[in-house]
Amino acid sequence: MIEVADLRKSYGRFDAVSGVSFTVGKGEILGFLGPNGAGKTTTMRILTGYMPATSGRATVAGYDVFKSPMEAKRSVGYLPETPPVYPDLDVTSYLDFCARIKGVKASSRKAAIDRAIEKARLGEVRNKLIGRLSKGYRQRVGIAQAILADPPVLILDEPTAGLDPQQIIETRDLIKSLGGDHTVILSTHILPEVSVTCNRVVIISKGRVVAEDSPQNLTARLSGRGAVRIEVRADTRTAFDALRGVEGILTVNPRGASGDATVLELEAESGVDVRAAAARAIVGANLDLLSMAAVSLSLEDVFLELTTRDSAAEAANATRAPEIFTPIAATLPITSEMQEQAKAAADDASRPTETN
Amino acid sequence: MNTFTNIGAIVRKEWQHYFGSPIAYAALFTWNILFSVFFQFALTYFLEVSMNPGGGMGGPPKPNINEWIFRPTLMNMAVVALFVAPMLTMRLFAEEQRQGTWELLATSAITDWQIVIGKFLGAVSVYALMIATSLLNFVAVFAYADPRPEWKPVLTGALALLLMGSCFIALGGFISTLTRNQIVAGILSFCLFLAIWTLSWLDNPMASAPMKALAYLGVTGHMEDMVKGVIDSKDVIFYLSFIGFGLFLTQQSVESRRWRE
Repeated sequence: MIEVADLRKSYGRFDAVSGVSFTVGKGEILGFLGPNGAGKTTTMRILTGYMPATSGRATVAGYDVFKSPMEAKRSVGYLPETPPVYPDLDVTSYLDFCARIKGVKASSRKAAIDRAIEKARLGEVRNKLIGRLSKGYRQRVGIAQAILADPPVLILDEPTAGLDPQQIIETRDLIKSLGGDHTVILSTHILPEVSVTCNRVVIISKGRVVAEDSPQNLTARLSGRGAVRIEVRADTRTAFDALRGVEGILTVNPRGASGDATVLELEAESGVDVRAAAARAIVGANLDLLSMAAVSLSLEDVFLELTTRDSAAEAANATRAPEIFTPIAATLPITSEMQEQAKAAADDASRPTETN
Repeated sequence: MNTFTNIGAIVRKEWQHYFGSPIAYAALFTWNILFSVFFQFALTYFLEVSMNPGGGMGGPPKPNINEWIFRPTLMNMAVVALFVAPMLTMRLFAEEQRQGTWELLATSAITDWQIVIGKFLGAVSVYALMIATSLLNFVAVFAYADPRPEWKPVLTGALALLLMGSCFIALGGFISTLTRNQIVAGILSFCLFLAIWTLSWLDNPMASAPMKALAYLGVTGHMEDMVKGVIDSKDVIFYLSFIGFGLFLTQQSVESRRWRE
């Protein structure tokens, strides 16, 4: 339904999008994920015909967005980041205007408006001025506008931004109900949204696609490596010594200290539960085991790893979890000073990619 | 067919904006108040002149109502149009840009030309309504004056006013595409209109050829014949080309914005 091939958009020497390719099948809900400034909005704006690409190809519902823009635009419903509403119009006249410029025939205009109002649950405000509506309602008016002409493709740019939790859940349900009939691309930087709503995820960072898979597979890719976090009353070296030789443990990573206790993360071989063995080893070495918890990698970790890989690797040189698990032998001589450095480097590495 | 639906949708929406906000009312009010003030002045002056002794046998001919009342009023309103046009045009494109609604227009199945023409017609139709309502001032004169004044020069004069104001509106729309701040658009348009208006002052018998050419661009100069009741195709073509050029600039500016963003 949507095909994007090697799409590029440059502003002078700066590439906002540098060679993005992906496809979306009919009825799929694709999550477009990435930190702010990754090129999500730019890609969507190109797909909707708002702006031309510098190079590359994009087709929507079989229409090339550059060669037959009008047909492509007619097959897309688009919700921009800020809902494109006129505060001085009431909801019904706004939707009436949208129906006219979207080429909805006069005979089916009223039915289309009613359907959109019903789907976006705008019934109680249909005659209110949009300027008097709350942010949540405005967003819904924006969604109603996008689905108004019943286009085969919907492109939603951060549809849940600025909504309260109740509205977020309602909006997600609405989007989910639209999948199947419509092909949906939605962009977000909120990760749970993707696992809840989407069949497939494209993760984009610095204008490039860094991963494309189902949310389950993406999570599974890393969470296969089970990890256990323990807190031991001992210094790092003693704790390391105690854990040496425990079967199934691949690496031990220091994760800081609190008082006289050390926090360690143990990475186990795939499918092996090392909790009992690790506990025995600690206690056997006459150390106090203060806590133990299994760590499962969330989509958030996958996302952070994929989108920060370059900068993290450059800045921290393999100190940032979870991508590098250092073998025990290599981490043994670690000193508290080195830990501090590692921590500082890891913090530095993660800062530029913080999302808001 | 689609083209007309789209242009019609834009015109309709612009009317909803004009009349859903104080803009249309403020413009109608200002225009009509000033019109009646100028009309009143002209009428009073005309009455004074007609009362003068010597208006009878053998004296100078009786002052003509068309010449003494309608013509000066319409010419004065040309200057008022200069003030009112920015009120109508400043928000046309700037506001869409600021509200983010441009993204809706640009991604719907409507061309830039349809948007530009629709917005232009929306503003021109409000302006035409202003002229139409103000012409009611003249009704009393037609009802009571003897001999009856001619109505043709009034119509051609109104047409001249409409064409001249449309030039300002076309150009004002272009200015509005240049910024997302409608106040800036309003001020810039007003200064530009003022400059264009003063161009016609350059015209005098002693002026050099370049000065005469510049003066030719002063839009008010082309009204004079029409207000007298003479439609010269040269003036009409001037106005239509001016409007066409303004709309062309607007469309180009809108189009280039897609590439710049």
